[in-house]
Amino acid sequence: MTSEPIAIAQQTLLEPVGLATGDLERVMHQLLGAGIDTADIYLQATRYESWGLEDGIVKEGTHSIDQGAGIRAVAGEKTGFAYSDDITTPALLEAAKSARSIARRGDEGTRELAQASRPPSLYLPIDPLKSLPEEDKIALLKRLDQECRAQDPRVEQVFVSLSGSHEVVMVMGQDGAFHGDVRPLVRLNVSVIVEDGGRREQGSFGGGGRTDYQYFLEGDRASEYAREAVRQALVNLEADEAPAGSMTVVLGSGWPGILLHEAIGHGLEGDFNRKGTSAFSGRIGEKVASPLCTVVDDGTLSGRRGSLTIDDEGTPTACTTLIENGILKGYMQDKLNARLMGVAPTGNGRRESYQHLPMPRMTNTYMLAGPHDPEEIIRSVGKGLYAKNFGGGQVDITSGKFVFSASEAYLIEDGKLTRPVKGATLIGNGPDVLTRVSMVGNDLQLDSGVGTCGKDGQSVPVGVGQPTLKVDGLTVGGTRVQG
Amino acid sequence: MASNPTSSTEQLQLDHLKQLVADCIEETRAQGATGTEVGVSMESGLSVTARLGEVETIEHHRSRGLGLTVYIGQRKGSASTSDLSPAAMRETVAAAIRIARHAAEDPCAGLPDATLLATEFPDLDLYHPWAIEPEAAIDLAVSCENAARHHHPDISNSEGASLNTFEGLRVMGNSLGFLHGYASTRHSLSVSVIGERDQQMQRDDWWTVARDACDLQPPEEVGRIAAERTLRRLGARSLSTRQCPVIFAADVAASLLGHFIGAIRGGNLYRKSSFLLDQLGQPVFPNFVQIHEQPHLKKALGSVPYDAEGVRTLPRALVRDGILESYVLSTYSARKLGMTSTGNAGGVHNLTINSGSLDLNGLLQKMGTGLLVTELMGQGVNLVTGDYSRGAAGFWVENGTVQYPVEEFTIAGNLRDMLRNLVAVGNDVDLRGNTRTGSIMLDQLTIAGN
Repeated sequence: MTSEPIAIAQQTLLEPVGLATGDLERVMHQLLGAGIDTADIYLQATRYESWGLEDGIVKEGTHSIDQGAGIRAVAGEKTGFAYSDDITTPALLEAAKSARSIARRGDEGTRELAQASRPPSLYLPIDPLKSLPEEDKIALLKRLDQECRAQDPRVEQVFVSLSGSHEVVMVMGQDGAFHGDVRPLVRLNVSVIVEDGGRREQGSFGGGGRTDYQYFLEGDRASEYAREAVRQALVNLEADEAPAGSMTVVLGSGWPGILLHEAIGHGLEGDFNRKGTSAFSGRIGEKVASPLCTVVDDGTLSGRRGSLTIDDEGTPTACTTLIENGILKGYMQDKLNARLMGVAPTGNGRRESYQHLPMPRMTNTYMLAGPHDPEEIIRSVGKGLYAKNFGGGQVDITSGKFVFSASEAYLIEDGKLTRPVKGATLIGNGPDVLTRVSMVGNDLQLDSGVGTCGKDGQSVPVGVGQPTLKVDGLTVGGTRVQG
Repeated sequence: MASNPTSSTEQLQLDHLKQLVADCIEETRAQGATGTEVGVSMESGLSVTARLGEVETIEHHRSRGLGLTVYIGQRKGSASTSDLSPAAMRETVAAAIRIARHAAEDPCAGLPDATLLATEFPDLDLYHPWAIEPEAAIDLAVSCENAARHHHPDISNSEGASLNTFEGLRVMGNSLGFLHGYASTRHSLSVSVIGERDQQMQRDDWWTVARDACDLQPPEEVGRIAAERTLRRLGARSLSTRQCPVIFAADVAASLLGHFIGAIRGGNLYRKSSFLLDQLGQPVFPNFVQIHEQPHLKKALGSVPYDAEGVRTLPRALVRDGILESYVLSTYSARKLGMTSTGNAGGVHNLTINSGSLDLNGLLQKMGTGLLVTELMGQGVNLVTGDYSRGAAGFWVENGTVQYPVEEFTIAGNLRDMLRNLVAVGNDVDLRGNTRTGSIMLDQLTIAGN
């Protein structure tokens, strides 16, 4: 019994349906022919579960299984694609026939199956669903419910959710690449509603990664989620109207790195730049940020939610430098866009499932630490906003405009945090916002493992991060117009 | 029972799925369930995209799913699978039963009230299969994109045009004896292009969607509209911070109604996570506002004969003369509130707000000076408090006429006030979705810019 991912993939995906790699090669043969440049077969089996606590009881639980094969043939810039949730040779051959029709003519070709070298695994090939007995999962949720309520009498509602997934994938490419991956993913989230004198506010915190449920039992971790959710909700009870207009904004470390994901991340995905539709198109070598800024997309971080050992095309992930000391260095590529741009793929080819086509997606996108002390950064601001926590964001990669919504923020007056203000949406322009970063803290942090990115109808798990940083001029969408 | 006209192949598939649902319910009984709800679906379709005049992708879709919820007394468990084989079905039942055995007793859990289940199934005319081949689909997408690209020399690039056609079968059944299924189709054509002027790039798009391909807007018109929307964004300027009235163009006005529905949804009400708590019978809008849902409109995108639990759907008023008449409830949330299901498990159906007599131009005249918002970005909506802060783009209006495009600003306020002080609803109703509304003019909002 081996724990090599490719062997697990074969056991999970092929053996139960009586298939062997030879059958996949037959399907590959059907896919190839004159006009077809590349092709791949992607098999996936995902088991997912979630448990939810509310009103002090675990009243919700779901379990789902989804498996199938996605078959793709690429001719130049054109892609033919078909998928089947039926992993049998006839179904796969039929899907191959559909996919291959993207190119008109057919020819015979031979290829051999080679096992390319595999990078070291960034996570263990474990099944999180089985990592804790059901009773212990329930006990964890109930414990956190009690801890939230014990923290403060104003806690009115507590929602705790635990979810885990076990994904097994196998990718076979026409170039002989043949890879397997076993991807665990877990997440624990605590949300609370607090009430005081008729006013209600919410707070939320959570985390996870590519590991099993034992992760949440380590040290004080789960209790920290509960404390943080309650703390945020209570701060919001004190929050006043946020200011409206352009001002100096200090962004907290960690999840506020969503700034980078929206402001430059999507704009640096290879497909948009190959097509010339991004505000960053054709700008490699240009200054797009202050010299204090170095931003990378790094899929190689061990155990992280946004990490992958191999991307969904079988390419090993990498740490790709996007911006170095303010200069734009590179884009994130999948195989198709890399080939069309004449560069190497960077391990950013991802897909939501076997039912979707891969495209360039982020992994863990973060800014490297700088020289400044975070407290010094706050002290340097005469009048501005300190945005410590955020919800989500969005971007228009063509106009460059991006937004992200604060969930915990404070006014800065004379270098000190004075009062909390309601979460407001911040808006800026991707190609120039980072040029206005005047201070970068030495406190780089990655988020706790809660990010999901949506693009073209496909969701994938991602990570973000940054140190505390100061932006000289970001528009804050509050309701209080300054005098 | 189903008066939905289907071909004999469809009928065979429908019968097969009904049998599967019935077998599944039997299996749950055998494994110890006291109550069960099962849904099965099969969907197939074709998506093609074309860019710069040539095919870019052809995707063949085929997916199936089975989802079930079992009750053991008042303990609940759910499970789903993409594999419709008997073995997978049994495993899925076992997973749901296992979860139910571990879940807590929930006094409000359980199947719907049997007397509320649908017994009549009006033919909603939802099924219009389109046997279009990839080649023809590509031609349509290309002609749509050509119309956009050739509309004006400032249209410099394209993200492409996309044609999608889907058909699906859904069957729902429960251990109270409900068992029904029907077929439906959905087709769409969209295009997105880029304009450039003075080194500024802007993009916009347009799309058409229908149950019946004959009801789709012609490709050339879709392309022309996308190009015009893109061109009008060129030369966008920033705005300084101010307060002013705002008109939400019809296609983005739907989001306002979406927040309203979120605030009166049972789930948010019993969790006390709504800015409209205890507002039943109270004025939530001005007295000229009428909002209702129309679940049985033929061919409409939001039409269903019954909700996600099989409870009958009915045309009904949600807001009458500005007063909140009803919440949006499923069986569970209704029980939590001590009320009755309104047939809204899964959402509202063809939500409609009545229009006034003015078209968009009329609204601009009425507003005089203010903002016309044509795009919204990000989240920034807090349903617990009603706090609203979102990124936006649109046009600055003076003396009733558009002056210039504007971008990189936010609009903020509180939804309770925004809805209560709604000024007018235009008659330029956008029918391309589950919400039917014209442009909506709101009173003062805070605009934050440079």
